[in-house]
Amino acid sequence: MAQADKKLGRWSAITALLLARTAGAAVLPDDRADIFYSNYSGGGMDITGKSVSVRKKFSEQLGVEADYFIDTVTGASIDVLSSASTIHDQRTQKSLALNYIRDKTEYTLSYTNSVEDDYVSNTTHFGLSQDMFGDLTTVTLGFTNTRNLVGEHNGSVTTWLAHAYSLGYEAGVSQILTKNLIAGVTFEVVTDQGYLANPYRSIRFLDPSNAKGYSLGAQVYPGTHTSDAIAARAKYYLPNRAALAVSYRYYADTWAVRANTAELGYTQPIGRRWIVEGRVRYYQQGHASFYSDLFPFAGSQNFMARDQTLAASTNLMLDAKATYAFLPDGWKIFKRGTATLEYSRISFKYGDFRNIKNYGLPAYQPGSEPLYHFDANVWQIYLSMFF
Amino acid sequence: MPRLRLALIGAALALGGCTTLQPWVKPYERNHLAEPIMSWNRDAISAAYMNHIFETREGARGATGIAGGGCGCN
Amino acid sequence: MRTAPGKIFRACVLAAIAAASTAIAASVDGGPAPPFTLSTPGGRQDSLSQFKGQVVMLNFWATWCGPCQQEMPLLDQIYKQYAPAGFTLLGINVDTNEAKVKALLAHKPVSFTVLLDPHNSVAGKYHVEEMPSTIIIDRQGNIRYVHRGYKPGDENGYQDRIRQLIQE
Repeated sequence: MAQADKKLGRWSAITALLLARTAGAAVLPDDRADIFYSNYSGGGMDITGKSVSVRKKFSEQLGVEADYFIDTVTGASIDVLSSASTIHDQRTQKSLALNYIRDKTEYTLSYTNSVEDDYVSNTTHFGLSQDMFGDLTTVTLGFTNTRNLVGEHNGSVTTWLAHAYSLGYEAGVSQILTKNLIAGVTFEVVTDQGYLANPYRSIRFLDPSNAKGYSLGAQVYPGTHTSDAIAARAKYYLPNRAALAVSYRYYADTWAVRANTAELGYTQPIGRRWIVEGRVRYYQQGHASFYSDLFPFAGSQNFMARDQTLAASTNLMLDAKATYAFLPDGWKIFKRGTATLEYSRISFKYGDFRNIKNYGLPAYQPGSEPLYHFDANVWQIYLSMFF
Repeated sequence: MPRLRLALIGAALALGGCTTLQPWVKPYERNHLAEPIMSWNRDAISAAYMNHIFETREGARGATGIAGGGCGCN
Repeated sequence: MRTAPGKIFRACVLAAIAAASTAIAASVDGGPAPPFTLSTPGGRQDSLSQFKGQVVMLNFWATWCGPCQQEMPLLDQIYKQYAPAGFTLLGINVDTNEAKVKALLAHKPVSFTVLLDPHNSVAGKYHVEEMPSTIIIDRQGNIRYVHRGYKPGDENGYQDRIRQLIQE
């Protein structure tokens, strides 16, 4: 499949002339402030996220956005097999973005810093969006640079292991096709290098000398990773004031992971104050070349991983969202005020990752444990004030 | 694929010539497209949050139109 | 060129040649202003011919157009300032939903005449290429100035032209 990757790489260079992600580079959006609360629970994890964000225009050409986000994690995911069974972790993320418009071009520069006990991430993104052809076509180019520091936290001590670096190049084009239809294609290449594994996850290999029938070992990841993703999407305005959204993404990387993502969404405004939305998202991926749930013996391959994100899996999300404009016409300095509630249910199923947690003496032969699956419930609630 | 590459470069150049084609949706016919529900991401914070949930649990990443950040992987 | 990409390439080149041989963006600058009759939100019918002898400014706007909204209060000021000297401003709205226009005007009223063009026939006649578009017509009924879009500061340009045409 390396040939296909090289061809995709060459396509990206040529098609960099043609693609984009959002339409309408001509005008900065309204000023806005949001207070956001979310909760994710599933797979043994309970994660609460809270954030405050403000977006403000300083002139018709320059806008700034600042976000502050805190994630609090409790629980332990299925494959954290070390003695520390439950974890409490907090992640703080701050980001700042600048948007500048000049004629038909919009420039974006953003910086994001994310800090937790065992992971520090700094991301810088530069984007350029150009309207052309009577504003029917928007071409977008983006560049993202991420520098991470990965560590392992045990008790109250963090051991900083190594760095990981990532570079992303994105190109997209969005085209207005009719009065009611807009479509877009986006291409993104990401290349990482450094320490790319999750230090808390381990591989397992058959070991008759162990009562369980298997022993744990350290994962060994390649030092580099390059991925290509191409996505196509469209949005159609229906006669009953509703909007239908459809999208598809194909992903392929140098670790042999191939994934397909398809999403369908329907948005319906009701009266002056309500907007309801339903979405379905289906994701499917094949496993990485060096992934296995159970290796035959220690050191059987140069690279070995048992991280569930690299396993063959599918997930299905069903999502419902309702937005209520409690200030549809504004009040004093506010043009509009809305409250939104969103619920998503995501069902994860693994094709070659087995549920081995909490099995002491083997109830199953190693390699015949039930395949892992779990459901997650995600709630989001936020208040948005436009001014 | 030298022929395909040549054709794509040619298409890009010809498209440059194609700008004498008239925009078929007039600027005053954009009212439906200008509706907030017709934007790709109406609520950026929520979109970034859901994107983060998927990126940390799936092998795939990119081409979502949302700039990334952070880990929160375990 | 029997391959699919080859065919696409050939089709694009032919389209480019065909398009190049037809007129590029039709211009209305300098010619007589196309006549029209439209109604106000209140139901009254107004025709462009009623205003012959005055300097007329047409401003094409929509409720969903941000720069149009920015420009309106400034246009209101210009109208009030020059109306006594023989100047009329007609705000031609291109929304298809009349209720939205009335709601906006109830919130942010203007003193100049607003005319509704929901079928976009007048916008088509005047070859509106961008929102907003401003067209200034002299006392003889000829188009003398076309301005596409709006950026803060453009209203100064409008005032200069209006003064010039009023003095003619």
